[in-house]
Amino acid sequence: MLQRLSFIPGRLLQAVPVVFGVTLVVFFMAHLLPGDPATAILGDKATPASLEALRVQLGLDQPIWAQYGLFLANLFQGNLGISFSFQRPVAELVFQAIPVTMSLVLFSMVLALAISIPLAAIAASGPNKPRDLLVRFFTLIGQGMPQFWVGIMLILLFAVNLRFFPVGGFGNSPLDNLYYLFLPALTLAISISPVFIRSLRSSTISVLGSDYVATARSKGAAGAPLFRQHVLRNAAIPTVSIIGITLGYLVGGSIVIEKVFAIPGLGSLMLNAIYNRDFPTIQAVTLFVGLFVVIVGILTDIAYTALDPRVNLTGKARA
Amino acid sequence: MSSPTFLLVGFQARRRAKARSRSLKPWYRNTPLVAGMIVVGLLILLAIFAPLIAPYDPIAQDLGATLQGPSAAHWLGTDKFGRDVLSRLIWGAQVDLRVGFLAVLIPFVFGSILGAFAGYFGGWFDAIVMRIVDVFFAFPFLVMVIVLVFILGSGETSIYLAIAAVSWVSYVKIVRGEVISAKEQDYVVGARLGGMSNARVLFRHIGPNVFSQAIIYAMSDIVMNIMGIVTLGYLGLGIAPPTAEWGSMILEGQEFITTHWLQATVPGLMVVITSLGVSWLGDGLSDLLSPERRK
Repeated sequence: MLQRLSFIPGRLLQAVPVVFGVTLVVFFMAHLLPGDPATAILGDKATPASLEALRVQLGLDQPIWAQYGLFLANLFQGNLGISFSFQRPVAELVFQAIPVTMSLVLFSMVLALAISIPLAAIAASGPNKPRDLLVRFFTLIGQGMPQFWVGIMLILLFAVNLRFFPVGGFGNSPLDNLYYLFLPALTLAISISPVFIRSLRSSTISVLGSDYVATARSKGAAGAPLFRQHVLRNAAIPTVSIIGITLGYLVGGSIVIEKVFAIPGLGSLMLNAIYNRDFPTIQAVTLFVGLFVVIVGILTDIAYTALDPRVNLTGKARA
Repeated sequence: MSSPTFLLVGFQARRRAKARSRSLKPWYRNTPLVAGMIVVGLLILLAIFAPLIAPYDPIAQDLGATLQGPSAAHWLGTDKFGRDVLSRLIWGAQVDLRVGFLAVLIPFVFGSILGAFAGYFGGWFDAIVMRIVDVFFAFPFLVMVIVLVFILGSGETSIYLAIAAVSWVSYVKIVRGEVISAKEQDYVVGARLGGMSNARVLFRHIGPNVFSQAIIYAMSDIVMNIMGIVTLGYLGLGIAPPTAEWGSMILEGQEFITTHWLQATVPGLMVVITSLGVSWLGDGLSDLLSPERRK
């Protein structure tokens, strides 16, 4: 086990320049803005004297590398600045919003797998048969629907007409949230399941053609038990790496979906910050999303190695 | 940019290898290609001839006839300003198709060239380029496009720049990978042994064989760009009103979802049809351009 995971320190080291680069991009975003943060904070009330005072206070009179150093130093202390519009520390706002967005992301991941596994199995059981063509057509359509539009259509169907689910908002207890987050999570699940279905379908087809499945069949295994015991685990391995990449995509998608369903997560925070020109908050959310994707990338690599049966065999024999 | 569409190229390549025997047929027997050409062709005609096809001026308001249902005069009804929804839908094709297709050009050219150099020369240049690519891959497409459009200010130019700044990385990865595997092939080794210059080998011998993958990916990139522009429109960060654009039409329609559901539904259907057409085109091209076919 230890030997198998010995790549982890190297992988972590490899992530260091990327993390560094992410902070650099987020830092330089501020310098692409027309004017500077001092102008943005003071707005119409700016006088030359007050602008100068604020610039000194924010360190904007220093050379750019010193400003970046200050930015990094603040970052390590968890200081992401003060939100212009809320007049509260940005870190506080971001940490309040993270659990909301993460529940949405995880819930939609679960729903996406619940949609994708059966559909991929159906498609793979008869390549190029009508059921396969139907599933493949669904993946093309699913890929071509704007996420927010899917959300609006689900609201139209399930909330307005059938009244099964609320139109939007966020509940008070975890159980409540499952109910409130169902439609938004389903929306995101519909938009990412085409990728899962394609991946699972092609790996299932290749597993179904393998010798060990032929052996299992010759011993009488068939149908759902064959799929569960012999096919799914092996076919799922390539999809693990896709789950990692998709998590980043889901965070991006949740920005828009949170607006559609009025969910108080990172997306709403980000969009409100954009509408109010609240730059520190925009910067903080972007930074969090970037770091999240980097961390998920590392975790995906670890999970992939841990799950890969070929690596498993080099350690000790599996029971 | 981390988007799952990036992964689809791999699947298409795998599928293509399986379909090797199928791909030896004339282009007009290539069903997805023909279907894609018909759908995309019709949409482009619709966009070009919008002034002739649309029954009304897309931004002309008629405050005496707001929020009407479908009728003989207004097939899809009118919006809250009394503008004809069908006409706005037709004119919207202009903006959304233009941005979707044109926004591919800069990242395609820039990313492909950079990826070709990185893959061909390797070494420290490759290492630096790939670390930069890793950094940009950390930001999801939508997050980065939204932030960049905010920073650069609203308007079509900003949207092109924002999309370009995000999506070049995929082309680097694809072309770099293709160039690295092409470098080992006999025809490249032969050309280099024959004393040809690096530039000649790269552009005359490797280029035509590796860019087909980038072209195939460009089709899913167009779909993603269209998603990007309609999403910006929906968030109120896209093309400024009153210009007709599908995303902002959905935003305006959402307000009246309980009473006039057509208004938010129909522009979305246009996006779905467009994406479907472009995806078919991509599938068809991947059959047509597969290197196996040239042998």
